[in-house]
Amino acid sequence: MDNTTLVAIVSIVVAGITTAIGVLAPGLGQGKAISSALNSIAQQPDAEQTITRTLFVGLAMLESLAIYCFVISMILIFANPFWNHFIK
Amino acid sequence: MKTTPDQNIFWQNGFFVLNSTIVWTWVIMLVLVVLSILVTRKLKTDIRISRWQCILEMIVTGINKQIKEIGLKQSEKYIGFLGTLFLFIAMANLSIIFPFYEPPTSSLSTTTALAICVFIAVPFYGIIESGLVGYLRSYVKPTFIMLPFNIISEISRTLALAVRLFGNIMSGGVILSILLSIAPFIFPIIMSALGLLTGMVQAYIFSILATVYIAAAVSETNKTKRKHQILKNDHYG
Repeated sequence: MDNTTLVAIVSIVVAGITTAIGVLAPGLGQGKAISSALNSIAQQPDAEQTITRTLFVGLAMLESLAIYCFVISMILIFANPFWNHFIK
Repeated sequence: MKTTPDQNIFWQNGFFVLNSTIVWTWVIMLVLVVLSILVTRKLKTDIRISRWQCILEMIVTGINKQIKEIGLKQSEKYIGFLGTLFLFIAMANLSIIFPFYEPPTSSLSTTTALAICVFIAVPFYGIIESGLVGYLRSYVKPTFIMLPFNIISEISRTLALAVRLFGNIMSGGVILSILLSIAPFIFPIIMSALGLLTGMVQAYIFSILATVYIAAAVSETNKTKRKHQILKNDHYG
């Protein structure tokens, strides 16, 4: 097994693991955020606008964590720097 | 697979390369500027105003209201920067409904440029509000130990702003092209509708976060000024 094959195997496996863990954790966090936002809207429907705005900002910040993992797995698959190093 | 519009080259002459990121950025800038100039050429304070003036007034009042809600009371000072950020990003993300269009925000260079603008604007407004020393003093709060952490957070949030916008818009494009190759009939339409929603939310998030950062810098310095004034008054009174 030469270096190129090794890099390819490690890149693909790590990209899969990155996506799996990177989707799992922000998903749990977002579920928790949405459930508590729904609870507070049910308790205080008057404050719905403020809660929704804050919820959206918070969800986007949580989602950016998943997006970081997505970017890293994209780099590993489509623009791997180590791969280019060994091919040359 | 193509993940960034930087690789799509329109025109090349020796050293100069014109890729589609630059071209579409210029197109969006042109549309926004020409439209605003045409509309604001004949403004009226009549009861009956033109419908374009009505749209622009709604946008400006809405952005002003959002900025005020976050805590910048003199929103007229900041709307020039924050409103431009919001309008540019929203326009760039929503134009994906046009064929042959590639959003310039799906290139890391555009989003990095926007994030660096925020990175420069935060100390700029802070220094305008309270002078150089007053702004620099906000870095050693609450104690001197926090100085490196404040600097790290300043840099890391700029990086996060850039990668967040880039990743969201780029992932929309990548998912669309993957879906086109496996289920090309209806699902790409649903995903691009979702992409419109994501683009709008990301434009909102980007400008809201920029507002929050500027508000933090400005209010921090305001607080020190007020405290000094109170101390001074105690001294003399």
